Amino acid sequence: MSSHVETPLEYRSEQSQMNILGFWIFLGAEIVLFSTLFASYFVLEHNTADGPAGQDIFILKDVLIETFLLLTSSFTCGLAIHSMRNHNLKGLLTWIVITLLLGAGFLYMEINEFIHYVHEGATLQTSGFTAGFFTLLGTHGAHVTLGIGWITLLIIQLVKRGITEKTASKFFIASLYWHFLDVVWIFIFTFVYLKGMVM
Amino acid sequence: MSTQKQHRFPWNHVIGFILSIALTLLAVFVAFQTDFSSNVVLWIIGSLAIFQALIQLFLFMHITEGKEGPVNVINMIYSVFLALVIVFGSIWVLTSGHAAM
Repeated sequence: MSSHVETPLEYRSEQSQMNILGFWIFLGAEIVLFSTLFASYFVLEHNTADGPAGQDIFILKDVLIETFLLLTSSFTCGLAIHSMRNHNLKGLLTWIVITLLLGAGFLYMEINEFIHYVHEGATLQTSGFTAGFFTLLGTHGAHVTLGIGWITLLIIQLVKRGITEKTASKFFIASLYWHFLDVVWIFIFTFVYLKGMVM
Repeated sequence: MSTQKQHRFPWNHVIGFILSIALTLLAVFVAFQTDFSSNVVLWIIGSLAIFQALIQLFLFMHITEGKEGPVNVINMIYSVFLALVIVFGSIWVLTSGHAAM
């Protein structure tokens, strides 16, 4: 915002600004990627081929725990960037590690959820519904996994080099990615889980 | 250093977080505890999801920030437009095409 007296570290150089702009454009492409997966899920969701439907296998409590884990991780990720802008390395490290732990908790819950579904007889090959479901959720889960790996590498760099123009720009971009995963999850939660359980 | 501005308590994050939790719980409440028809439920929880996504974009991701703020907003609007065309277009073509056969 123009009211900032001091430009945040991650926007100082022309290169960093371009990197951040470029990442926003990448996120635009990610929206389109997920929209194609949502589209195929919505088209296939009623084709259960005598296999289980959404309301037979979804467990609200587990899905809510996953949602709150991811929502909270998005919040702590925001706090990490806030600490970074205050040049508070310790705060940044603390919040970002909490973010990763919450992300890992989310993944643990999701993997358990998938194992549970397979035991209930819903595998990738069972029906159009399960194929669409596992592809959409799996792609999101793969993104979370990638995000955890990426941010872990950034933490190593941060510990070695401290908060510089470069590491700040890299962390800011990773935080955009992490928040974006939460945005995708909101739509999965609403249009896959809630819709599947209610309709 | 604009220490005053930078060191302030991160209110927008806290407000965003509380709103996200509240909107999630509200969506669950509307889905399971109300007697609306499923169409109405879908419209309400869909609107709540969009509202929550906007909270993430504006309060957490600071989309309007930096020199390229307006470009980011236009880019996001264009992507969302594409997403809506892909999702509703696919549903429309495949369901009406199926009915026509």
